[in-house]
Amino acid sequence: MQVFKKIGLGFAAMLASLNAFADYSWNFPEPVTPMALDTLHVHNKFMLITMVIFVVVLAIMIYSIFAHRKNKGYKAVEDKAPSTAVEIFWVLVPFVILLLIDFVIMGIPAYHSVVMMEDTRDKATMVIKVTGSQWRWQYEYLDGEAQGIKFVSNLTTTADEQHNVAEKKENYLLEVDNHLVLPVGEKVRILMTASDVLHNWWVPQFGSSRVAVPGFIRETWVQVDKAGTYRGQCKELCGKGHGYMPVVVDAVPMEEYKVWVAAKKAEIAKAGEIKEMTKDDLVAQGKGVYEKNCAVCHQVNGAGLPPAFPAMTGSKIALGPIFGADGKYLKDSHLDRLLNGKGVMPAWKATLNDTEIAAVITYERQALGNAATVDPIVQPAQVKAARQ
Amino acid sequence: MSTTTVAHDEVHHDHPSGIMRWLTTTNHKDIGTMYLTFSLVMFLVGGAMVLGIRAELFQPGLQLMNPDFYNQLIGVHALIMIFAALMPAATGFANWMIPLQIGAPDMALPRLNNWGFWLLPPSAILLTLPFTLALFGIGDGAIATGWTFYPPLSVQGGIGVDFAIFAVHLLGVSSVMGSINIIVTLFNMRAPGMTLMKMPMFAWGWLITAFLLVATIPVLAGAVTMLLTDRHFGTHFFDAAGGGDPIMFQHLFWFFGHPEVYILLLPVWGFIPQILQTFSRKPMYGYKAQVYSLWAIGALAVVVWAHHFFTAGMPVPALLYFMYSTMAISLPLAVLFFCWIKTMWKGSMTFETPMLFAVGWIILFGIGGLTGLVLADVAADAQYHNSYFVVAHFHYTLFAGGIMGIMAGVYYWLPKMTGNMYDETLGKWHFWLTAISFNLTFIPQFFVGLAGMPRRIPDYALQFAEFNMISTIAAFALGLSQLLFVYVIIKCVKGGKKATDKVWEGAEGLEWTLPSPPPYHSFTEQPVIK
Amino acid sequence: MVRGIDVHYMEPVDNTDSLKPKTKAELESANAKLAKKMVWVAAGSLLFAFALVPLYDVLCSITGLNGKTNNEASTLTKAKVDTSRNVTVQFTSAVMPGLGWNFYPKQASITLHPGKIETVLFEAKNITGQVVVGQAIPSVTPGIASVYLKKVECFCFVNQSLKPGETKVMPLRFFIDPALPKDVSEMTLSYSFFEATKK
Repeated sequence: MQVFKKIGLGFAAMLASLNAFADYSWNFPEPVTPMALDTLHVHNKFMLITMVIFVVVLAIMIYSIFAHRKNKGYKAVEDKAPSTAVEIFWVLVPFVILLLIDFVIMGIPAYHSVVMMEDTRDKATMVIKVTGSQWRWQYEYLDGEAQGIKFVSNLTTTADEQHNVAEKKENYLLEVDNHLVLPVGEKVRILMTASDVLHNWWVPQFGSSRVAVPGFIRETWVQVDKAGTYRGQCKELCGKGHGYMPVVVDAVPMEEYKVWVAAKKAEIAKAGEIKEMTKDDLVAQGKGVYEKNCAVCHQVNGAGLPPAFPAMTGSKIALGPIFGADGKYLKDSHLDRLLNGKGVMPAWKATLNDTEIAAVITYERQALGNAATVDPIVQPAQVKAARQ
Repeated sequence: MSTTTVAHDEVHHDHPSGIMRWLTTTNHKDIGTMYLTFSLVMFLVGGAMVLGIRAELFQPGLQLMNPDFYNQLIGVHALIMIFAALMPAATGFANWMIPLQIGAPDMALPRLNNWGFWLLPPSAILLTLPFTLALFGIGDGAIATGWTFYPPLSVQGGIGVDFAIFAVHLLGVSSVMGSINIIVTLFNMRAPGMTLMKMPMFAWGWLITAFLLVATIPVLAGAVTMLLTDRHFGTHFFDAAGGGDPIMFQHLFWFFGHPEVYILLLPVWGFIPQILQTFSRKPMYGYKAQVYSLWAIGALAVVVWAHHFFTAGMPVPALLYFMYSTMAISLPLAVLFFCWIKTMWKGSMTFETPMLFAVGWIILFGIGGLTGLVLADVAADAQYHNSYFVVAHFHYTLFAGGIMGIMAGVYYWLPKMTGNMYDETLGKWHFWLTAISFNLTFIPQFFVGLAGMPRRIPDYALQFAEFNMISTIAAFALGLSQLLFVYVIIKCVKGGKKATDKVWEGAEGLEWTLPSPPPYHSFTEQPVIK
Repeated sequence: MVRGIDVHYMEPVDNTDSLKPKTKAELESANAKLAKKMVWVAAGSLLFAFALVPLYDVLCSITGLNGKTNNEASTLTKAKVDTSRNVTVQFTSAVMPGLGWNFYPKQASITLHPGKIETVLFEAKNITGQVVVGQAIPSVTPGIASVYLKKVECFCFVNQSLKPGETKVMPLRFFIDPALPKDVSEMTLSYSFFEATKK
């Protein structure tokens, strides 16, 4: 009976795996780039080969388990010491079979896949720089009409959803505020780097993933052949927020892409306009910026997660002076920390605009239990001056 | 073939008793027992941690713990299972069985042996202490970088990283001491007439493991020392700012880390054929072929390391080299699988618990090996890498291939070590519960991995929910089944049907010529093998 | 008959005499000797771990394993410009946390013939109120190209110090080795500026 169970288990596992070829939900998701398509073919082929090896070997074992049992009266054959030549012949059989499988049947398609994956011969239409930081992705369009567009992509799944207070939305943990937008059918080089620790930019349907290393640049490429929204995640452990930095890419037709570029540029220009703001306006806008960008470490209530992530409430930096007598901002002041970062704290000057930085600083100084008296608010114009 | 005099011990019973016996013992069986007990305890500790992890993953959302604590659990679970459960179990068997199998009175360096063991409990404490300290507000918990220590995350981490580094230092020293002892024992203490090519396969597996340990553990020690100086003394080994490279750590780590996989498996590849021949009542097939295959794997182990981080980016020639060399490991493994099955073939088989574990081991380890072959493919690895597919793969190699192999060994040698037969019915129950719940735990993980679920995340998208739920339920069944294992062992130690000297009808080898349990000093007069 | 240790497929070797049990003292000294040897092996591999650090750099500079460029000035020995090829070099920059600078390439990319020396400019500005020292770390992708990107003169060879508010335009003179593999048609050179102020 036990043998039957074993066999049943083996076959159940096998059938389940074979089923994978019919239904994508048991296998790689639908490929939308040439690389992902190739990867899926190679994967299916290799899985099939290994499955055949497994089934054949298992069948031999099961036959032996049935046939060569003591309780069936089977007597062990007296292994007469075979000649060394015979032994060598027998053990070479599996060796040669695997040699053929490894380096011919599997080795040759694997070679072509590697060459395709690392293709640097065909020029790309456009280049995008992806920077991983704890715990969000930053995107920058380096050339073409979109040159100069850069933005941060933050998780939008709420804390209530994560803590089972609110109902989880469809794309739970896989939704961000700013999607990366790419044109369909064009080869896009993706440059990868990081600002703090290792990250890995991965969209399963693209079939490409690459580690982002701080101080180094790496590349991969994608050519999305089908319009749609594609979701992925960071897949290199990067700290407590590792599960919370998804990648969302919209692939759209070229015309739509151009419309998006124009709209995005206008949006950035508009957001960059400098105007004098009241304290209440700054605090109100700052709350949004804070909760989107800062709350992941410093917490929504400003309590932080010491010692790694200090509390905002009562913080010396958030209550201390910002500007010196000459009107320039001081070293290790609130503004310095926001603009330039330090250690784990990212530098925000590249990713937040003047108004956002002014607003979030004011929010941190006048809310979260703080009421700074020295330099109580910061105006966008002061931030603009500080970064030049 | 004959052994001549096998003298039984009657005189030396002047060793201390109570706690002092265990603290000061230089006896290979006492030390072996301590290693095995320690391993079992740590196996349960590491298992409890992973049940916490699986409970959190039972359904989407954060239920039980915050992400940082989750990250601590995954890293410490791995470090404990690898360094404090699997390795000590193999070392425990080495201490118990190598002298018996090669006809030696004891290990060659008994005092070193004692130190080697007593380094382990402090290092286990170092690994887990930061959890407790955090409860009292000291530090921010244990190492939260995963067991791989990758910088810059590990440079950024809290005191848990320092504790883990020191723990790895101690564990490393302990392993190197144990290995040196085994190498010396195997070279100098074999019974007269036992040439290297007549050694039992377990001794061969351990000899190669010991060489790998001596060669690679110091590299890990060096790498984590560099990490320590980067953290505290301003060096820049792994920091781009000072001309270093974080990826270099991955090279150093996996230069140790890949051989480590075979360090864990080679001892098992040693005694599984012995179990197969015992219960097939037929000598193992292709002894020489197996020995050469073990050597080939040991050699290949140190030249394939970079397949653990294909996605870190490498030039094409490097990618191709590491892909093809990794695939080449399947060649000697194919020979080993062939020899194992050929040993069973046309034997007169019975299926006591050790044999069940050994046969189940071949099948499940086969799945681990075959998925490993697929993982060698660089292009598809971009998908598999750091997904749950990899998690499932290495649990097939390390839980099925490692721990279930060790369990086969426990059932095989327990009657010899205690003098009592274990409860066969419960043993069989333990096997079936373990094998079934193991598969139900990890087969779903292959599927979520392929579908795109990354590893080391405390919460996941809704599309992965069903498989994770199955996996968690099965993991709890797997965990609870191990309590049965503990019960069987305790019951066997306490009493039971007396075991004969030979224990198993088909058992062959010097250890079965001694009484069960063997006398305090094994072979006071060495047997002669012709 | 002891089957487990008897190797069936080998001729039995009678070497009983050569392996006669030694005396206890002899055995102990032999054990200690072998153990010492193994300690040396372990010490050797520890040394090897540290030796791997410079070895890794050498390996990288030969193979472009990690995309680091050579941090020394190169000279163009054979002024042979390969006009049959065009290679695009893109430039990008990063300012790492803690460094109060703006830093960017003045041109997004250039296309050049291998073997021809070109000059490109980067601009850095210190936006803090203190003197700040920075160090630029270059990185090239694809990695293999890093071996063929040769710098004649670069601001990354040494630390750069900027006074408060100071702007500095920094040149990079470089050429592409004509031996660059045909597979590479475009490459990216990135500079990450790290703070290097002595504390």
